[in-house]
Amino acid sequence: MSDLPTAEEMLGNVKHRPPSTDWMDVPAEIRRGIACYAGNPKSLELLGHPNPRTWSCFDDDWQLPENWQQIIHEGFKERLEKFRSFKVFMDICVRCGACADKCHYFIGTGDPKNMPVLRAELLRSVYRNDFTRVGKLLGKINGARPMNYEVLKEWWSYLFQCSECRRCSLFCPYGIDTAEITIMGRELLNLLGLNIDWIVTPVANCYRTGNHLGIQPHAFKDMLDFFSDDLEEITGIRPEPQFNKKGADILFVTPSGDVFADPGTYTAMGYMMLFHFLQEKYGLDVTWSTYASEGGNFGFFTSHETMKRLNAKMYAEARRLGVKWILGGECGHMWRVIHQYMDTMNGPADFLEMPVNPITGTAFTNAASTKMVHIAEFTADLIKHGKLDLDPSRNDHLKVTFHDSCNPARGMGLFDEPRYVINKTCKHFYDMPENSIREQTFCCGSGSGLNAGEDMELRMAGGLPRASAVKTVRDRHGVNMMACVCAIDRAVLPDLMSYWVPEVDVTGVHELVGNALNLAGQHERTMNLRSEELAELQGTAEDTEGQTDE
Amino acid sequence: MNKRYILSLIAVVVLFLIAYLGVEAVPASKWLFGILIPYVALIVFVAGFIRRLLSWSRSAVPFAIPTTGGQQKSLKWIKPSTIDSPSSKSAVFIRMLLEIVTFRSLFRNTRMKLKEGRVTYQLEIFLWVGALAFHYAFFTVLFRHLRFFTHPTPLPVQLVENLDSFFRMEIMQDFIQIGVPGVYLSGLVLLAAVTYLFLRRIFIGNVKYISLASDYFPLFLIFGIAFTGIMMRYVLKTDVAAAKELTMGLVTFRWSIPGNVSSIFFVHLFFVSVLLAYFPFSKLMHLGGIFFSPTRNMRTDTRAVRHVNPWNYPVNVHTYEEYEDDFRDKMIEAGLPVDKMPEPQEASAEDEEPAAKPEEPEAGAADAATAPEEKE
Repeated sequence: MSDLPTAEEMLGNVKHRPPSTDWMDVPAEIRRGIACYAGNPKSLELLGHPNPRTWSCFDDDWQLPENWQQIIHEGFKERLEKFRSFKVFMDICVRCGACADKCHYFIGTGDPKNMPVLRAELLRSVYRNDFTRVGKLLGKINGARPMNYEVLKEWWSYLFQCSECRRCSLFCPYGIDTAEITIMGRELLNLLGLNIDWIVTPVANCYRTGNHLGIQPHAFKDMLDFFSDDLEEITGIRPEPQFNKKGADILFVTPSGDVFADPGTYTAMGYMMLFHFLQEKYGLDVTWSTYASEGGNFGFFTSHETMKRLNAKMYAEARRLGVKWILGGECGHMWRVIHQYMDTMNGPADFLEMPVNPITGTAFTNAASTKMVHIAEFTADLIKHGKLDLDPSRNDHLKVTFHDSCNPARGMGLFDEPRYVINKTCKHFYDMPENSIREQTFCCGSGSGLNAGEDMELRMAGGLPRASAVKTVRDRHGVNMMACVCAIDRAVLPDLMSYWVPEVDVTGVHELVGNALNLAGQHERTMNLRSEELAELQGTAEDTEGQTDE
Repeated sequence: MNKRYILSLIAVVVLFLIAYLGVEAVPASKWLFGILIPYVALIVFVAGFIRRLLSWSRSAVPFAIPTTGGQQKSLKWIKPSTIDSPSSKSAVFIRMLLEIVTFRSLFRNTRMKLKEGRVTYQLEIFLWVGALAFHYAFFTVLFRHLRFFTHPTPLPVQLVENLDSFFRMEIMQDFIQIGVPGVYLSGLVLLAAVTYLFLRRIFIGNVKYISLASDYFPLFLIFGIAFTGIMMRYVLKTDVAAAKELTMGLVTFRWSIPGNVSSIFFVHLFFVSVLLAYFPFSKLMHLGGIFFSPTRNMRTDTRAVRHVNPWNYPVNVHTYEEYEDDFRDKMIEAGLPVDKMPEPQEASAEDEEPAAKPEEPEAGAADAATAPEEKE
């Protein structure tokens, strides 16, 4: 990653002035730093996806099937009939431009084709040519063009520069959702075997081993055992997580990223502490699954069908284990899939019960049909009823802000639950400026499967608006920790912060919970979940407190 | 120069010439421009509009995908954002109503600027104001024109006329007399709004970049309609009674072309006809489309009530049994419960294969796992 421009260089290079050349005459440049590597044929084969072969997006020849234009045309037609969203969004855009500067990739790269309207026009231009008479008649002057190799490469390039965050859809007067257009476009590309490896290989892993990272059952258990070791050292108490347990009350599913890499691992430790606490104190029986060991769903970034194939495991496992309902961990797109797709795709979940928290008696009626509850809802309810023994002072050295992840924000509306939990587990909390939080939140820059290593320049550019907002609260309030409820965030935001806003670290909400939670019989807690000495941390925090706190 | 708007402008000028020169050179063509074309245009409009709505409604709505613009309804003590995250039918109705009547989403509009290395936002209200002004002025003008198709003129129309001409102004010169028929605000606002919407397409770089001929054409056409209308009323003083005789003839099917209707009237009518006929095949269909937008017209109670996908079909999944077959030995060794214990005799023979398989995806997994480190 030595060719990654410095933050100053990147900022200096961003111009939001489009060229004078008509956009149709500007060919897409697929370049390193922005583009992701092509999918591994073994992964495509395992999934039964078409056209597995070794290829590279930097090659001239993408080794497409001979009739690829026909495949795209027919796939397009089929999707226009199957998805009203797609058809309506193809027809009604007036190109008012309200969406243009709402996209983080446009803000960060200045590339005009990253304006949501133009990203959609890439498909619309083909739609006009193939499916409307007026469009075909007037041709280029009216924004219609036939599908060809250059157009296909342009699609590839810009459909993998969209993180399906839906921020544009909030500002569009007709609710046109570029995520929907990107989803359709990626489905079409997948018909030709065009996917990026960072998506298709996790999908293949997830299909076979149960999670994106390809962690096999015994290894999954080993990893949680490691966390138990750490927790025993930190608290003096060893949680014993349960796996694949039949007859448990609740099945817990979370993204595998949290058992794999820091700082997500600390969030996983927070979950383990919480479940241990609830079992010891209230007898609540929660089980993890090694089969449904992935909350995330990179299938969502591939096709509706692939999403369904991966998601099916959650209900299947809940049925096999005979649990009452499912609890879901902190994850972004996972929750869009659960909230808006799962029940429709793989339900009805009539073999499960209406989710009720037996400890508080709260019935989660908002999940009456899907029967899956977000852990922020669950924990907020526990705290509200005073069921957790919390000592927030162990988080006193933190000045926390909260990053709303795109999908729980605009595909679910989860805003106040995590904020409540943070406020009850931390002393210092500061929201970022209004235009960058809640429904107007900005993407981390790496969503929808774009969190690869090779597209770092794109990721840093796309994360600029988020980083800029963090910088504001860092300078204003001395914020040193950004909380989030998304595993991809936890994986990518540390890089983004060290690039744009050093000194700000990243945490999951349940890491904060874990640090605050007292376990019965624990020894004196001198370390946080990161095994850092609290005395030292709080010492350094006090040094700066006078200047920064209000 | 930008070909897209020049060509649109030329198209509207040509349309003007066709109608103007047509009725000037061949008086009989007044029947064409005054009677036949308006009928054809209306039929095309209605049929085309309905056809488009039907084509949208024929497409399935497989998933409930509302954009949630506020707090969901979850725990009792957390206040939900009723309108922006509507969980009931009536709340969806209010959301849609506000969207259609006040352009609520557009009201959120902001303008981004990079300032000293920071992304900043400022209020950008002009597009919203311009769009509201345009649509309401257009609607008022349209409504006022009911005067030409009804007799006697209904009270609401008269009321709107009176409101519209609330601000009296008079300019009395030899060459121009404004104020003698009361000045309608809506016509002027419409003209101003259309001009603004055009100018922003020319002067805002990004908007210019995305604008197509089909974005300019309706603006020029509507400008032409408003302009010819205003000319007739205030400058050329077209005989309104004669014009009404013609338009009433259209409604009552007793067609007549009164001799003293000016040529500009036929141009006006022709422009309107073109707009009507063009409407269903253009982006102007956003008028109907907004009602069909799944990100706005669906409830957000998607976990509480199951949405049914009409084309949901079974897919290949990797079942737990297959999974356990792949990893049974490892699971047993790790102390994980299994559904099926291996049979002692066959164990060795059967084991070979599943044991060999994991190697490949594991390699893939390793790729995925090590890649994050590589970037460092």
